[in-house]
Amino acid sequence: MAMTIHVDIVSAQAEIFSGHAELVIAPAEMGEVGIAARHAPFLARLKPGEVRVKISSTEMQPFYVSGGLIEVQPQGVTILADTAIRAKDIDEAAALEAKRRAEDMLADKSGKMDFALAQAKLAEAVVQLRTLDKYRSNRA
Amino acid sequence: MAVGKEIRLKIASIKNTQKITRAMEMVAASKMRKTQDRMQATRPYSQRIIKIIQHLATANPEYRHPYTIARPVKRVGLILISSDRGLCGGLNANLFRLAIRRMREWDAQGVAVTMAIIGLKGQSFFGSIGAQVIAQTTRLGDRPELQDILGVIKVQLDAFADGSVDEVHLLSNDFVNTMTQKPTLTQLLPIASADMEEGAKAQWDYIYEPDAREVLDQLLVRYVESLVFQGLVENNACEQAARMVAMKSASDNAGKLIKELQLIYNKARQAAITQEIAEIVGGAAAV
Repeated sequence: MAMTIHVDIVSAQAEIFSGHAELVIAPAEMGEVGIAARHAPFLARLKPGEVRVKISSTEMQPFYVSGGLIEVQPQGVTILADTAIRAKDIDEAAALEAKRRAEDMLADKSGKMDFALAQAKLAEAVVQLRTLDKYRSNRA
Repeated sequence: MAVGKEIRLKIASIKNTQKITRAMEMVAASKMRKTQDRMQATRPYSQRIIKIIQHLATANPEYRHPYTIARPVKRVGLILISSDRGLCGGLNANLFRLAIRRMREWDAQGVAVTMAIIGLKGQSFFGSIGAQVIAQTTRLGDRPELQDILGVIKVQLDAFADGSVDEVHLLSNDFVNTMTQKPTLTQLLPIASADMEEGAKAQWDYIYEPDAREVLDQLLVRYVESLVFQGLVENNACEQAARMVAMKSASDNAGKLIKELQLIYNKARQAAITQEIAEIVGGAAAV
């Protein structure tokens, strides 16, 4: 029996794989790495590609990742997979878009916050809720 | 019979309202189950990444990332997660109340607040009171994707990196259970050392590829993203749960109202009949 390590592959939206394996092969940014038990602590970026998990000498499971991170600890290997291909310019465009939407909304760019108005608006909502509660308890 | 026509109309209208609230309650109940599943599904990722951050803290890294370094606070960035739709009880109002309270405290200390907002309700509220909103995204629907909120997060991360804010906080609803949702403020940046299990500083460090700075850059950005995304998914579950409860009590209240009105209507009808008989009897006696 070869030594095994614990492997977790997760993405932001789901757990993809969790179990023991003899070897994990991952597409690190500077070339493929193969991780077996007792590997030194290791932290690397992944590029889009295939992660292969060798569960036994006969069974190999492939998973596609579109980038992410791999962490190796004595206790096991964790692969944080990205859900989509991330490129700097795409992130940048998303940020600009979010900013633009905020600017569109702010016709009044004074940037001065009106706490009194906020308080009044909240008080209104609170009173409405409280009235409902009262109404309810009177009838119960 | 013409008696109590208004009351009958009123009852019919309340019945219609009740049908709507009941339908909304059922829709919310089924959506709540789905959003809760989604909330469970995103948990492993954030748990793992938190663990890695903790490992990193016990390590002896050759490089300290700016995201982990605290500096004097002059301006804070706030990422606020609200729902897109209303009719969910006090969910958003409670959250905004906490936000305003904290912002007042900051204001009193001379700390300026810039906001990034997710969700229509937050947008309209903070827009109307003139908060400084630097980024927003709305209408994410019931199945938000991580990609949808990256822009908003990046704006605050960039602001932290270039020094225009000194702390970044996340404000969202915490899903306690179906009946309880708790507005919560979490500090995202700088990554608090309390999260990082002080103490056991070991003499080891990771082997980084390609190098420490680039790997940590990506790791810490992913960490913040995963926390915000978790908050968003959780807020969604909160919204559905709150709506279900609110609509259930609305339906119950409508039921009570109908009962009361029905009673009044029956009494009025009975009174009219009695009066009519009395008149007939009176008329017959007079003959």
